[in-house]
Amino acid sequence: MGLIGKSVLRKEAWEKVTGTARYTADYPATDSLHAKIVVSPYAHAVIKGIQTSKAKEVFGVRAIITGEQFPLTGEEIRDRPVLAKDKVRHYGEAVALVVADTPQQAKRAAELIEVEYEPLPVVHSPTAALMPNSPLVHEQLGRYKREERVYPEPGTNVANRTKIRKGSMERGWNLAEVTVEERFSFSPSDHAAMETRCSTAEILPDGKVYIMTSSQAPFMAKRLINEYFGVDIGKIVVETPFVGGAYGGKASIQLELLAFIASMAVGGRKVRLLNIREQDMLTSPCHIGLDATVKLGSTRDGKIQAAELLFLFDGGAYSDKGADLSRAAAVDCTGPYGIENVWCDSLCVYTNHPYAAPFRGFSHSELLFAVERTMDVLADKLGMDRLQLRYINAIRPGDTTPTQVKLNNSNVGNLPGCIDRLKQMINWEEGMIQDLGNGKIRVKGVSCIWKTSTIESDAGSGVILTFNRDGSINLISGVIEIGTGTKTVLAQILAETLKMDIRMVHVQMKVNTQSTPEHWKTVASRGTFMAGRAVLAAAEDVIKQLKSTASCVLRAQPDDLEVGYGKIFLRDEPDIHLDIKDVAYGYVYSNGNAIGGQIIGRGHYNLRRLTYMDKETGAGKPGPEWSVGAQAVEIEFDKKHLTYRIVRAFSAVDIGTVLNEKAARGQVMGAMSMGLAFGGRETFVFDKWGRVLNPQLRTYRPLRYGEHPEYHVSFVVTPQLDAAYGARGAGEHGLMGMPAALGNALSLAAGVKLNELPLIPEQIWKMKQKEGYSHADL
Amino acid sequence: MITARLTVNGEQREVAFRPSATLLFVLREKLGLTGAKPGCLNGDCGACTVNVNGTAMKSCLMLAVEGLNQTILTIEGLKDSPVQHAFIEHFAFQCGYCTPGFIMNINSLLKKYPEADDYTIKEFLSSNICRCTGYQEIEKAVKSLLKMNREDRAGLQQDV
Ligand code: FES
Ligand code: FES
Repeated sequence: MGLIGKSVLRKEAWEKVTGTARYTADYPATDSLHAKIVVSPYAHAVIKGIQTSKAKEVFGVRAIITGEQFPLTGEEIRDRPVLAKDKVRHYGEAVALVVADTPQQAKRAAELIEVEYEPLPVVHSPTAALMPNSPLVHEQLGRYKREERVYPEPGTNVANRTKIRKGSMERGWNLAEVTVEERFSFSPSDHAAMETRCSTAEILPDGKVYIMTSSQAPFMAKRLINEYFGVDIGKIVVETPFVGGAYGGKASIQLELLAFIASMAVGGRKVRLLNIREQDMLTSPCHIGLDATVKLGSTRDGKIQAAELLFLFDGGAYSDKGADLSRAAAVDCTGPYGIENVWCDSLCVYTNHPYAAPFRGFSHSELLFAVERTMDVLADKLGMDRLQLRYINAIRPGDTTPTQVKLNNSNVGNLPGCIDRLKQMINWEEGMIQDLGNGKIRVKGVSCIWKTSTIESDAGSGVILTFNRDGSINLISGVIEIGTGTKTVLAQILAETLKMDIRMVHVQMKVNTQSTPEHWKTVASRGTFMAGRAVLAAAEDVIKQLKSTASCVLRAQPDDLEVGYGKIFLRDEPDIHLDIKDVAYGYVYSNGNAIGGQIIGRGHYNLRRLTYMDKETGAGKPGPEWSVGAQAVEIEFDKKHLTYRIVRAFSAVDIGTVLNEKAARGQVMGAMSMGLAFGGRETFVFDKWGRVLNPQLRTYRPLRYGEHPEYHVSFVVTPQLDAAYGARGAGEHGLMGMPAALGNALSLAAGVKLNELPLIPEQIWKMKQKEGYSHADL
Repeated sequence: MITARLTVNGEQREVAFRPSATLLFVLREKLGLTGAKPGCLNGDCGACTVNVNGTAMKSCLMLAVEGLNQTILTIEGLKDSPVQHAFIEHFAFQCGYCTPGFIMNINSLLKKYPEADDYTIKEFLSSNICRCTGYQEIEKAVKSLLKMNREDRAGLQQDV
């Protein structure tokens, strides 16, 4: 059908341009109460008492909830109370919840709740958290319930430690003729999706729990409400309509739990909890921070022999997904390079900061900032071209990853190809610096990326296909439409496989955990891969059933039949055929006899042969395939004022077969934009009490129209053999190298090592003032 | 509570609301017009943008009472307009949450400045945030409309 690669318009396009696409908060709330969260004004403090009497008097208040009676939560370590109990551990933490008839009444009452605190010393950074005399964020760490493969260190602030031990460091350092060591640091920041999180919950008299939530993980919400609160899992139904941007931030389960306890407190009545922007940034989980040390050793001709990496992730007050994020960083700790001798400790460290959710790239843009900046430092020390150094060391089939997975032509993309492509795109030969006169220069910075998706080893995805009487198909998948266009791509895969008109594929956008087959979580660029395979399987199932009914009518072996173009036909005599619409609900002979029946296609896909990592060495296969790419930014730098403008940004990425050209470009460009914002301007600004000073979109500033550079995206195509039509994930890769490329360009332009984010002119100025300054030292 | 008539999308709607209610709140919670989105409730994001007498306004910054005797157009009132077509063709949205705001902003921009230059486009559009796209697609969509304007001014839908 030639649908692969075509820029098929989004299936939900008209809904989204007419305001009819509904997001969670768009569903009418006439039958619901409204909840409001009371949050902590301290980063670390003992809760001495909570006075609710004044709040209770506000007209319309139905319940006020505080932290006592609820179980601890958390995906790997149960360290987080739904509402703070005994003490608060970050600024903006939820302390109490008010339920009232209207949002205004709830807000009024929330303002009247008086909480008495006794401030405690604040843990400001992961580096500080590991100091011997640091206050503990969790005194009871050893007592928490936890998963088996997370390794907290009770008595310290270490929530998890993942070790990579590959080859022999002694040999590595002996072979190394040139070594470099750099330190990096940046604070947590935020996803800042335009839709703030929203959840509603209702508990029916028979115990059924209905949740609607803006989430990337409704199936996980169901599982966790079952685990935390003991509600029968079959009685929990979670619905997710369109989601207004997620970027990993909506993969954590948080607001759902608050909505659920709010409904419990009012006898099961429906309660809506819609985050205001400030609480979406502070109370719901944020984007992780990092302090890192990277040491590389290479021979004089540029072959890297040893890499020693220490990642201290700022997991914030709770380990929820931070533990997993730090593990994923260990898996790909070296960046996309074949290095024989690797030592890495990747820690998730507790601090008194807001806690971390996944962020697009799942810790990779963060670790790559550290590694790729160090690569530039190494290239300079070697006196070698920066892309040449990367080319020499580029990961290739035959190499092993830090967790000792042997790569082949299918499970890793073509990095040397991406580097070559990037060189042409950015006209590398002309040099990295152009003098524009007037004290302005144009400077290029580069970086390379890679990533595998370390999701649960048994993660799966299911698809159901049903027919309409005109032969059109309803495609039902648990993938959430968070903006990535995955469901349109699934329709393309289906239409291509069944050789049918894509307009005859109707996609169910909303997910309902009771009627939609499970898709583990819509994260990690796995939607197209896993659900794509499930679609292929479901299509095969449909074909088999169509052929079986048709073979009776056409009096031919099923094997002699083909399905396509709305028909089932004889391969060698296509004129002998049945229309699919006449078979999809059973075939009726002219005398009234009927055979067959409603055709329902089903398909699923589970990741296979993934393994846990060894506790001592990290060895194991935690992800299915590695995508790679090379990226660059070009800036115009004012040497006097230390200000800059990002002029162009480039990506040469191998995402395998491109299924929808414009959608894929959009994904990559959007991710690049987010990466540039993260690297260039976004951070929580903490004061000395650990309070966040900028939880609003006017002080926390994402890129706006007109601040965007020109984007150039090019695809290098190495099909992944076991993906639907060879497509690799594409949602995250554009982001991953952008902070590093920007840091590399600016470091070159300013003539000073810039190892902290965000790269605002003030930061450049500070570094010019005193080299060697790092806020990890403060 | 006050009861008043608002002219929205060419219809007179009678609605009761508290004097302090914002236009955004009344549109969404009282009139069921949820196309305008809350993103920040203090003027930072533009997701709530509607047109009032043809001017792009952030409905979170406007009281509903200020909308009396004004002509209010929300995304729901825009039918089959060139802006909507351009957004679809140029893939100018992903999650779509910012889209109604951007479209209403551009709708006003094109009416006021059918030949807007880059500076004016930026003046208008920098008041909205899109977190999904890199803006390049939105830029292309706007510029295709300006080009169309130059070629054929008649194509734009009239304000209702
Ligand atoms: S909600 Fe009105 S500007 Fe953000
Ligand atoms: S499309 Fe998601 S914020 Fe613009």
